[in-house]
Amino acid sequence: MADFPDSTIDRKTLLPQLFPNPENYLLLAGLAGTAKDSAAWTQEADNLITLGGAMGAAVSMGLGMALSAPDREIAVLTGDGELLMNVGVLATVASVMPDNLTIVCVDNGQHGETGGQPGHTSRRTDLAKMAEGAGIPSVMTISSPDEIPATAKFLTDTPAPRFLCARVMPGAPTAYKRNWDLAECRLRFKRALSGT
Amino acid sequence: MAREEWSKVIFDKLADAGVTLFSYVPDFGNTSLVEMADADNRTRTVLLSSEQEGVALCAGADLVGGRGVLLMQSSGVGNVPNMLSLVQSGRFPMLMIVTMRGEYGEQNPWQYPMGQAVVPVLEAMGIQCIRVERDDDLDQAVESAISASYVAGQGVALILTQKFLGAKAF
Repeated sequence: MADFPDSTIDRKTLLPQLFPNPENYLLLAGLAGTAKDSAAWTQEADNLITLGGAMGAAVSMGLGMALSAPDREIAVLTGDGELLMNVGVLATVASVMPDNLTIVCVDNGQHGETGGQPGHTSRRTDLAKMAEGAGIPSVMTISSPDEIPATAKFLTDTPAPRFLCARVMPGAPTAYKRNWDLAECRLRFKRALSGT
Repeated sequence: MAREEWSKVIFDKLADAGVTLFSYVPDFGNTSLVEMADADNRTRTVLLSSEQEGVALCAGADLVGGRGVLLMQSSGVGNVPNMLSLVQSGRFPMLMIVTMRGEYGEQNPWQYPMGQAVVPVLEAMGIQCIRVERDDDLDQAVESAISASYVAGQGVALILTQKFLGAKAF
Protein backbone atom coordinates (compact mmCIF):
# COMPACT_ATOMS: atom_id res chain seq x y z
CA MET A 1 0.00 0.00 0.00
CA ALA A 2 2.47 2.54 -1.23
CA ASP A 3 0.43 5.71 -0.85
CA PHE A 4 -1.75 4.83 2.12
CA PRO A 5 -1.23 4.38 5.83
CA ASP A 6 -1.92 0.82 6.99
CA SER A 7 -5.44 0.61 8.29
CA THR A 8 -6.20 -0.33 11.86
CA ILE A 9 -10.00 -0.44 11.48
CA ASP A 10 -11.77 -3.76 12.03
CA ARG A 11 -14.58 -3.95 9.46
CA LYS A 12 -16.73 -6.06 11.79
CA THR A 13 -17.19 -3.14 14.19
CA LEU A 14 -17.32 -0.31 11.63
CA LEU A 15 -20.90 0.03 10.39
CA PRO A 16 -22.67 0.33 13.78
CA GLN A 17 -20.24 3.10 14.67
CA LEU A 18 -20.84 4.97 11.41
CA PHE A 19 -24.63 4.64 11.61
CA PRO A 20 -25.84 4.57 15.22
CA ASN A 21 -29.42 4.99 13.95
CA PRO A 22 -29.74 2.70 10.94
CA GLU A 23 -33.53 2.96 11.05
CA ASN A 24 -33.21 6.53 9.75
CA TYR A 25 -31.87 5.24 6.43
CA LEU A 26 -32.80 3.01 3.55
CA LEU A 27 -29.74 0.77 3.24
CA LEU A 28 -28.38 -0.95 0.15
CA ALA A 29 -25.33 -3.21 0.44
CA GLY A 30 -23.39 -4.58 -2.52
CA LEU A 31 -22.30 -8.17 -2.76
CA ALA A 32 -19.88 -10.03 -0.49
CA GLY A 33 -18.30 -8.49 2.63
CA THR A 34 -20.46 -5.40 3.03
CA ALA A 35 -23.59 -7.48 2.51
CA LYS A 36 -22.55 -9.86 5.29
CA ASP A 37 -21.46 -7.08 7.65
CA SER A 38 -24.66 -5.12 7.16
CA ALA A 39 -26.93 -8.16 7.38
CA ALA A 40 -25.31 -9.17 10.66
CA TRP A 41 -25.32 -5.61 12.01
CA THR A 42 -29.03 -5.00 11.36
CA GLN A 43 -30.11 -8.66 11.60
CA GLU A 44 -31.43 -8.17 8.05
CA ALA A 45 -33.71 -5.31 8.98
CA ASP A 46 -36.63 -4.47 6.69
CA ASN A 47 -34.88 -1.28 5.53
CA LEU A 48 -31.89 -3.21 4.14
CA ILE A 49 -31.34 -4.88 0.76
CA THR A 50 -28.19 -6.97 0.34
CA LEU A 51 -26.96 -8.22 -3.02
CA GLY A 52 -25.30 -11.54 -3.72
CA GLY A 53 -24.37 -10.86 -7.33
CA ALA A 54 -24.77 -8.18 -10.02
CA MET A 55 -21.34 -6.90 -8.99
CA GLY A 56 -21.21 -3.13 -9.37
CA ALA A 57 -24.94 -2.56 -8.84
CA ALA A 58 -24.90 -1.07 -5.35
CA VAL A 59 -24.29 2.64 -5.99
CA SER A 60 -26.55 2.67 -9.06
CA MET A 61 -29.37 1.07 -7.09
CA GLY A 62 -28.87 3.58 -4.31
CA LEU A 63 -29.04 6.40 -6.83
CA GLY A 64 -32.32 5.07 -8.22
CA MET A 65 -33.68 4.92 -4.67
CA ALA A 66 -32.44 8.42 -3.84
CA LEU A 67 -34.06 9.96 -6.91
CA SER A 68 -37.35 8.12 -6.43
CA ALA A 69 -37.60 8.68 -2.67
CA PRO A 70 -36.33 12.24 -2.22
CA ASP A 71 -37.71 12.44 1.33
CA ARG A 72 -35.64 9.48 2.56
CA GLU A 73 -31.94 9.24 3.37
CA ILE A 74 -30.20 6.51 1.36
CA ALA A 75 -26.94 4.88 2.44
CA VAL A 76 -25.04 2.60 0.06
CA LEU A 77 -22.48 0.21 1.53
CA THR A 78 -20.05 -1.10 -1.04
CA GLY A 79 -16.56 -2.57 -1.29
CA ASP A 80 -13.55 -1.50 -3.31
CA GLY A 81 -13.92 -4.34 -5.81
CA GLU A 82 -17.67 -3.88 -6.18
CA LEU A 83 -17.30 -0.15 -6.76
CA LEU A 84 -14.45 -0.44 -9.25
CA MET A 85 -16.55 -2.83 -11.35
CA ASN A 86 -18.89 0.11 -12.13
CA VAL A 87 -16.84 3.10 -11.04
CA GLY A 88 -18.25 5.39 -13.74
CA VAL A 89 -21.35 5.61 -11.55
CA LEU A 90 -19.47 8.14 -9.40
CA ALA A 91 -19.64 10.57 -12.33
CA THR A 92 -23.33 9.76 -12.78
CA VAL A 93 -23.98 10.53 -9.11
CA ALA A 94 -22.02 13.79 -9.32
CA SER A 95 -23.96 14.90 -12.40
CA VAL A 96 -27.29 14.29 -10.70
CA MET A 97 -26.24 15.56 -7.22
CA PRO A 98 -28.87 13.76 -5.08
CA ASP A 99 -28.99 15.51 -1.71
CA ASN A 100 -30.03 12.33 0.12
CA LEU A 101 -27.33 9.85 -0.90
CA THR A 102 -24.35 8.70 1.17
CA ILE A 103 -21.88 6.14 -0.14
CA VAL A 104 -19.59 4.22 2.21
CA CYS A 105 -16.86 2.16 0.60
CA VAL A 106 -15.43 -0.48 2.93
CA ASP A 107 -12.03 -0.68 1.29
CA ASN A 108 -10.00 -3.72 2.30
CA GLY A 109 -7.80 -3.64 -0.79
CA GLN A 110 -8.69 -7.17 -1.74
CA HIS A 111 -11.30 -9.47 -3.23
CA GLY A 112 -12.27 -11.14 0.00
CA GLU A 113 -15.10 -13.27 -1.36
CA THR A 114 -12.92 -15.09 -3.89
CA GLY A 115 -9.93 -15.75 -1.66
CA GLY A 116 -8.41 -12.42 -0.70
CA GLN A 117 -6.63 -11.67 -3.94
CA PRO A 118 -5.08 -8.16 -3.98
CA GLY A 119 -7.13 -5.40 -5.56
CA HIS A 120 -6.09 -2.10 -7.13
CA THR A 121 -6.54 -0.14 -3.91
CA SER A 122 -3.79 -2.24 -2.29
CA ARG A 123 -1.48 -0.76 -4.90
CA ARG A 124 -1.80 2.80 -6.21
CA THR A 125 -5.52 3.44 -6.62
CA ASP A 126 -7.27 5.85 -4.26
CA LEU A 127 -11.06 5.66 -4.49
CA ALA A 128 -11.60 8.84 -2.50
CA LYS A 129 -9.58 10.75 -5.08
CA MET A 130 -11.59 9.11 -7.83
CA ALA A 131 -14.81 10.19 -6.11
CA GLU A 132 -13.44 13.70 -5.75
CA GLY A 133 -12.35 13.73 -9.38
CA ALA A 134 -15.79 12.53 -10.44
CA GLY A 135 -17.24 15.61 -8.75
CA ILE A 136 -18.70 14.21 -5.52
CA PRO A 137 -18.82 17.30 -3.26
CA SER A 138 -18.11 15.70 0.12
CA VAL A 139 -15.35 13.10 0.39
CA MET A 140 -13.56 11.70 3.43
CA THR A 141 -11.10 8.88 4.10
CA ILE A 142 -10.55 7.12 7.42
CA SER A 143 -8.05 4.41 8.24
CA SER A 144 -7.86 4.44 12.04
CA PRO A 145 -10.51 3.90 14.76
CA ASP A 146 -9.50 7.31 16.15
CA GLU A 147 -10.96 8.93 13.04
CA ILE A 148 -14.38 7.28 13.31
CA PRO A 149 -15.93 9.88 15.68
CA ALA A 150 -15.27 12.59 13.08
CA THR A 151 -17.44 10.74 10.57
CA ALA A 152 -20.60 11.61 12.53
CA LYS A 153 -20.47 15.23 11.42
CA PHE A 154 -19.37 14.24 7.93
CA LEU A 155 -22.26 11.81 7.48
CA THR A 156 -24.93 14.26 8.64
CA ASP A 157 -23.73 17.81 8.07
CA THR A 158 -21.73 17.90 4.84
CA PRO A 159 -23.45 18.50 1.49
CA ALA A 160 -24.63 15.28 -0.18
CA PRO A 161 -23.86 13.27 -2.16
CA ARG A 162 -21.12 12.08 0.19
CA PHE A 163 -18.42 9.48 -0.23
CA LEU A 164 -16.68 7.95 2.77
CA CYS A 165 -13.75 5.68 2.04
CA ALA A 166 -13.16 3.50 5.09
CA ARG A 167 -9.83 1.75 4.74
CA VAL A 168 -10.11 -1.41 6.81
CA MET A 169 -7.76 -4.22 7.76
CA PRO A 170 -7.84 -7.28 5.57
CA GLY A 171 -9.83 -10.07 7.13
CA ALA A 172 -13.13 -11.88 6.95
CA PRO A 173 -16.41 -9.98 7.27
CA THR A 174 -18.89 -10.91 9.97
CA ALA A 175 -20.07 -14.50 9.64
CA TYR A 176 -23.81 -14.41 8.95
CA LYS A 177 -26.13 -16.66 6.98
CA ARG A 178 -28.39 -14.27 5.14
CA ASN A 179 -31.44 -14.67 2.93
CA TRP A 180 -30.30 -15.24 -0.66
CA ASP A 181 -33.79 -14.88 -2.12
CA LEU A 182 -33.74 -11.36 -3.54
CA ALA A 183 -37.34 -11.57 -4.74
CA GLU A 184 -38.49 -12.25 -1.18
CA CYS A 185 -36.24 -9.51 0.22
CA ARG A 186 -37.53 -7.05 -2.39
CA LEU A 187 -41.13 -7.67 -1.35
CA ARG A 188 -40.26 -7.48 2.35
CA PHE A 189 -38.49 -4.15 1.81
CA LYS A 190 -41.33 -2.70 -0.29
CA ARG A 191 -44.04 -3.81 2.15
CA ALA A 192 -42.18 -2.32 5.11
CA LEU A 193 -41.66 0.95 3.25
CA SER A 194 -45.28 1.32 2.21
CA GLY A 195 -46.51 0.20 5.63
CA THR A 196 -48.69 -2.61 4.26
CA MET B 1 -42.50 8.36 -38.95
CA ALA B 2 -40.29 11.27 -37.89
CA ARG B 3 -38.18 10.75 -34.77
CA GLU B 4 -39.97 13.53 -32.88
CA GLU B 5 -43.31 11.92 -33.69
CA TRP B 6 -42.59 8.38 -32.47
CA SER B 7 -40.62 9.72 -29.52
CA LYS B 8 -43.70 11.69 -28.45
CA VAL B 9 -45.85 8.56 -28.62
CA ILE B 10 -43.42 6.63 -26.43
CA PHE B 11 -42.80 9.50 -24.02
CA ASP B 12 -46.49 10.19 -23.44
CA LYS B 13 -47.30 6.55 -22.77
CA LEU B 14 -44.36 6.16 -20.36
CA ALA B 15 -45.10 9.38 -18.49
CA ASP B 16 -48.78 8.41 -18.24
CA ALA B 17 -47.68 5.04 -16.82
CA GLY B 18 -45.86 6.85 -14.02
CA VAL B 19 -42.32 6.51 -15.30
CA THR B 20 -40.33 9.36 -13.79
CA LEU B 21 -36.68 8.36 -14.36
CA PHE B 22 -35.34 8.25 -17.91
CA SER B 23 -31.81 6.86 -17.66
CA TYR B 24 -29.78 6.79 -20.84
CA VAL B 25 -26.53 6.55 -22.68
CA PRO B 26 -26.85 9.01 -25.56
CA ASP B 27 -27.73 7.69 -29.01
CA PHE B 28 -28.94 9.55 -32.06
CA GLY B 29 -32.11 7.45 -31.83
CA ASN B 30 -33.02 8.43 -28.25
CA THR B 31 -32.19 12.15 -28.55
CA SER B 32 -35.78 13.41 -28.81
CA LEU B 33 -37.02 11.12 -26.07
CA VAL B 34 -34.34 12.44 -23.72
CA GLU B 35 -35.18 16.05 -24.65
CA MET B 36 -38.85 15.43 -23.90
CA ALA B 37 -38.05 13.84 -20.54
CA ASP B 38 -35.84 16.80 -19.70
CA ALA B 39 -38.51 19.31 -20.62
CA ASP B 40 -41.46 17.73 -18.79
CA ASN B 41 -41.80 18.49 -15.08
CA ARG B 42 -43.14 14.99 -14.33
CA THR B 43 -39.94 13.31 -15.49
CA ARG B 44 -36.18 13.64 -15.20
CA THR B 45 -33.23 12.20 -17.06
CA VAL B 46 -30.11 10.51 -15.72
CA LEU B 47 -27.07 10.47 -17.98
CA LEU B 48 -25.25 7.17 -17.37
CA SER B 49 -21.57 6.37 -17.82
CA SER B 50 -22.42 2.79 -18.78
CA GLU B 51 -25.69 1.08 -19.66
CA GLN B 52 -25.26 -1.42 -16.82
CA GLU B 53 -25.91 1.38 -14.33
CA GLY B 54 -29.39 1.87 -15.75
CA VAL B 55 -30.54 -1.66 -14.92
CA ALA B 56 -29.54 -1.21 -11.28
CA LEU B 57 -30.92 2.34 -11.19
CA CYS B 58 -34.36 1.16 -12.36
CA ALA B 59 -34.28 -1.65 -9.79
CA GLY B 60 -33.49 0.89 -7.08
CA ALA B 61 -36.38 3.08 -8.20
CA ASP B 62 -38.72 0.08 -7.96
CA LEU B 63 -37.61 -0.65 -4.39
CA VAL B 64 -39.06 2.66 -3.23
CA GLY B 65 -42.15 2.54 -5.45
CA GLY B 66 -40.83 4.48 -8.45
CA ARG B 67 -40.56 3.61 -12.12
CA GLY B 68 -37.54 4.04 -14.37
CA VAL B 69 -36.68 3.17 -17.94
CA LEU B 70 -33.30 2.55 -19.61
CA LEU B 71 -32.63 4.00 -23.07
CA MET B 72 -29.64 2.79 -25.06
CA GLN B 73 -28.19 1.98 -28.43
CA SER B 74 -27.90 -1.69 -29.40
CA SER B 75 -24.15 -1.70 -28.71
CA GLY B 76 -24.95 -0.91 -25.07
CA VAL B 77 -26.84 -4.16 -24.64
CA GLY B 78 -23.44 -5.83 -24.40
CA ASN B 79 -22.76 -3.91 -21.20
CA VAL B 80 -25.81 -5.07 -19.26
CA PRO B 81 -26.12 -8.89 -19.04
CA ASN B 82 -24.69 -9.49 -15.56
CA MET B 83 -26.77 -6.66 -14.10
CA LEU B 84 -29.85 -8.35 -15.51
CA SER B 85 -29.28 -10.96 -12.78
CA LEU B 86 -31.29 -8.51 -10.69
CA VAL B 87 -34.34 -9.03 -12.87
CA GLN B 88 -34.32 -12.82 -12.54
CA SER B 89 -33.14 -13.02 -8.95
CA GLY B 90 -35.24 -10.18 -7.58
CA ARG B 91 -38.17 -10.21 -10.03
CA PHE B 92 -37.69 -6.51 -10.61
CA PRO B 93 -39.81 -5.07 -13.40
CA MET B 94 -37.49 -3.80 -16.13
CA LEU B 95 -38.09 -1.84 -19.32
CA MET B 96 -35.30 -1.08 -21.74
CA ILE B 97 -35.70 0.77 -25.02
CA VAL B 98 -33.05 -0.23 -27.53
CA THR B 99 -32.45 1.86 -30.65
CA MET B 100 -30.90 -0.53 -33.13
CA ARG B 101 -27.74 -0.35 -35.18
CA GLY B 102 -25.98 -3.16 -36.97
CA GLU B 103 -28.86 -4.54 -38.99
CA TYR B 104 -31.05 -3.59 -41.98
CA GLY B 105 -29.23 -0.87 -43.96
CA GLU B 106 -26.20 -0.51 -41.66
CA GLN B 107 -23.00 0.72 -43.32
CA ASN B 108 -20.69 0.70 -40.28
CA PRO B 109 -19.14 -2.75 -39.87
CA TRP B 110 -18.38 -2.12 -36.18
CA GLN B 111 -22.08 -2.03 -35.41
CA TYR B 112 -22.86 -5.53 -36.68
CA PRO B 113 -21.34 -7.82 -34.02
CA MET B 114 -23.33 -6.40 -31.10
CA GLY B 115 -26.32 -5.41 -33.20
CA GLN B 116 -26.80 -8.99 -34.33
CA ALA B 117 -26.33 -10.27 -30.78
CA VAL B 118 -28.90 -8.00 -29.09
CA VAL B 119 -31.87 -10.35 -29.09
CA PRO B 120 -29.97 -13.58 -28.26
CA VAL B 121 -28.10 -11.85 -25.42
CA LEU B 122 -31.25 -10.33 -23.92
CA GLU B 123 -33.24 -13.53 -24.31
CA ALA B 124 -30.43 -15.52 -22.69
CA MET B 125 -30.88 -13.31 -19.62
CA GLY B 126 -34.64 -13.83 -19.57
CA ILE B 127 -35.63 -10.54 -21.19
CA GLN B 128 -38.57 -10.55 -23.58
CA CYS B 129 -37.98 -8.60 -26.79
CA ILE B 130 -40.77 -6.68 -28.48
CA ARG B 131 -39.78 -5.48 -31.94
CA VAL B 132 -41.08 -2.40 -33.74
CA GLU B 133 -40.55 -2.67 -37.50
CA ARG B 134 -43.38 -0.62 -38.97
CA ASP B 135 -45.14 2.58 -37.90
CA ASP B 136 -48.31 0.58 -37.30
CA ASP B 137 -46.51 -1.58 -34.71
CA LEU B 138 -45.64 1.29 -32.42
CA ASP B 139 -48.73 1.94 -30.31
CA GLN B 140 -49.40 -1.67 -29.42
CA ALA B 141 -45.74 -2.50 -28.93
CA VAL B 142 -45.25 0.32 -26.43
CA GLU B 143 -48.43 -0.58 -24.56
CA SER B 144 -47.44 -4.26 -24.48
CA ALA B 145 -44.00 -3.38 -23.18
CA ILE B 146 -45.47 -1.21 -20.40
CA SER B 147 -47.99 -3.89 -19.40
CA ALA B 148 -45.44 -6.68 -19.37
CA SER B 149 -42.84 -4.73 -17.38
CA TYR B 150 -44.44 -2.39 -14.89
CA VAL B 151 -47.78 -4.20 -14.52
CA ALA B 152 -46.79 -7.87 -14.84
CA GLY B 153 -43.27 -7.48 -13.46
CA GLN B 154 -41.38 -8.91 -16.42
CA GLY B 155 -38.06 -7.91 -17.95
CA VAL B 156 -38.77 -6.36 -21.34
CA ALA B 157 -36.83 -4.74 -24.15
CA LEU B 158 -38.63 -2.62 -26.71
CA ILE B 159 -36.50 -2.99 -29.81
CA LEU B 160 -36.78 -0.07 -32.22
CA THR B 161 -35.38 -1.67 -35.36
CA GLN B 162 -33.34 0.05 -38.01
CA LYS B 163 -36.09 -0.73 -40.48
CA PHE B 164 -38.34 1.45 -38.33
CA LEU B 165 -35.76 4.12 -37.45
CA GLY B 166 -34.02 4.40 -40.82
CA ALA B 167 -30.31 3.70 -41.32
CA LYS B 168 -27.59 6.29 -40.78
CA ALA B 169 -25.67 7.18 -43.95
CA PHE B 170 -21.83 7.27 -43.91
